[in-house]
Amino acid sequence: MSQTRVAIVDDHAIFRAGVAAELKAGVEVIGEASTVREAVSLIAAKQPDVVLLDVHMPDGGGQEVIRQTLTSHPEIKFLALSVSDAPEDVVAIVRAGARGYVTKTISGPDLLDAIERVKQGDAVFSPQLAGFVLDAFSGRMDPEASDAELDLLTPREQEVLRLIARGYLYKEIARRLGISVKTVEAHASSVLRKLQLSTRHELSRWAAERDLID
Amino acid sequence: MARSERRLKRAGEGALLGGVCAGIGRSLDIDPVLVRIAAVIVTVATGGLGIVGYGLLWGLLPAEQGRVPAKPSAPTGRNSWLVGAAVGLMTFGLLFIFRELGVWWSDALVWPVVLAATGAGLLWRQFTGPGSEVETVDEPVSGPRAPETGSVKSPGRDRNRPSSRFGSYRGFFGLALVLGAAVLFLYINGAFSAARDAALAAVTVIVVAGLVLAPLWVRLGRNLGRERAERIRSQERAEVAAHLHDSVLQTLALMQKQSDDPRKVSTLARRQERELREWLSGKTESERETSLASALEAVAAEVEERHGVPIDAVTVGDHLLNERGAALVAASREAMTNAVRHAGDAGTIRLYAEIFGDEAQVFIRDRGDGFDLESVPEDRRGVRDSILGRMERNGGSAKVRSGEGEGTEVELRMEMK
Repeated sequence: MSQTRVAIVDDHAIFRAGVAAELKAGVEVIGEASTVREAVSLIAAKQPDVVLLDVHMPDGGGQEVIRQTLTSHPEIKFLALSVSDAPEDVVAIVRAGARGYVTKTISGPDLLDAIERVKQGDAVFSPQLAGFVLDAFSGRMDPEASDAELDLLTPREQEVLRLIARGYLYKEIARRLGISVKTVEAHASSVLRKLQLSTRHELSRWAAERDLID
Repeated sequence: MARSERRLKRAGEGALLGGVCAGIGRSLDIDPVLVRIAAVIVTVATGGLGIVGYGLLWGLLPAEQGRVPAKPSAPTGRNSWLVGAAVGLMTFGLLFIFRELGVWWSDALVWPVVLAATGAGLLWRQFTGPGSEVETVDEPVSGPRAPETGSVKSPGRDRNRPSSRFGSYRGFFGLALVLGAAVLFLYINGAFSAARDAALAAVTVIVVAGLVLAPLWVRLGRNLGRERAERIRSQERAEVAAHLHDSVLQTLALMQKQSDDPRKVSTLARRQERELREWLSGKTESERETSLASALEAVAAEVEERHGVPIDAVTVGDHLLNERGAALVAASREAMTNAVRHAGDAGTIRLYAEIFGDEAQVFIRDRGDGFDLESVPEDRRGVRDSILGRMERNGGSAKVRSGEGEGTEVELRMEMK
């Protein structure tokens, strides 16, 4: 199997170097970029499998990179990496199209694991992200909401998210719930899709505050 | 910022002549065309007074910064001369209107007044117009509107630069014009030959002094405002600096000293990160003291700090911190301490709290081999009492789950009512 090709986009050179050193063991780092423009041309030229994306960068940050490349390269997967665990940052980048969100303190092996999962089209939820999504989808429904299916998590999805938040790995979740790992992944992807498409009040409010709605 | 946006300024964008009408329109939120029509009506109705008003406003109102006026070119030396000439001509015209209307004293007044107006126009332009920024460009930030980017402003500055050499020259010329007008006025009225009208001379001197000094006062006032804003900013900077000094710099120094102990370094870094996040979040002390979620996060941080084992806390929802909440927090602390003792070397311990409505659930999970709550030896009764006993006494429950290779999880459940 050929190695996963990864691009690192972050405006901090020290951090890029650190991540590149950690990833060398498992994937091929095909390039680094420190600005939105550099990132866009790097992605167009080298077509990586996975792009590690910083949320906060000058000129619009990771969202801008996704916005400028996702339509022309829909096969490229984005994994957001940030020091921030603020809900609005998570919503912004995931709604822009990232397949997952991990904080920068993630360990090397965990990051490699997350990259492989994102490459296969799965969603990557850190415990923090799972907790946030539960928070956003809990509570009262907005009666004005047009698509109720997108605004509600199924009991199974909630269960999966709760176990992620408690620190269970996918295979441990599968064992506990008596389902296959593939089914756990399907639930996670479904939650990600709802997070991206839902019109829930909380999500759209954060998005609006950040000028994400065109 | 909103206030300064609304303040009356000469508009740069959409200006027809000097940007006065556009500026008024913008600050009052009216179409500038309406303001212009009103200005024309006022001018006609008052027999030309509107023109004088316009000239005064042009000279007095600060120009909008950041946007270079579209039509009138940037304030160059030539422009200032034109303003001086315009003020002189407008005065001239105005005097004719007064004469026609019969409001007249003496023809001898014409030249001194026109000269004085021209000179005053030059002086005002010099000290209060946009050209006066020239002498203060070296200040790092000018005015309270700091967010303006330098890149927007600098082209205007550069254009100002060549004219600054002539700036003082222009000022002197204006001064000479005003003084000359005064002398001419006094001469025409025979004040020199007979010195018969001391009062007239005194009044003239006062008027002249006012014309010459007023722009300086105005500028002084503006500079004071700017200095105040600068002082407030530097106070804020000092506060941030003090905070960083007390926290981040101290931690960095400690980390350098203990760089041979990776665990200590990581604990220090995590503590600092937590503190900084807390500070950035801007939550007040009272907000933190009344929140169950905050209390759980705080106790996780406390255990982590005491034992040097990382604990990640995720909370969903919140509830007012009451007596039962406090018991839940205490039991959580005991469970975490226990996890640290049993599985401190097996990696991060996770706390997950879910508080929906009146029901709170807390999960504390480690990656250790696990233990059976019932088989805890007698001398470790504290664990049983402080977790299980405490929860049950307060109407809650506690469960321990251990699986091979999956670590141990303590589940606490409490009705908050």
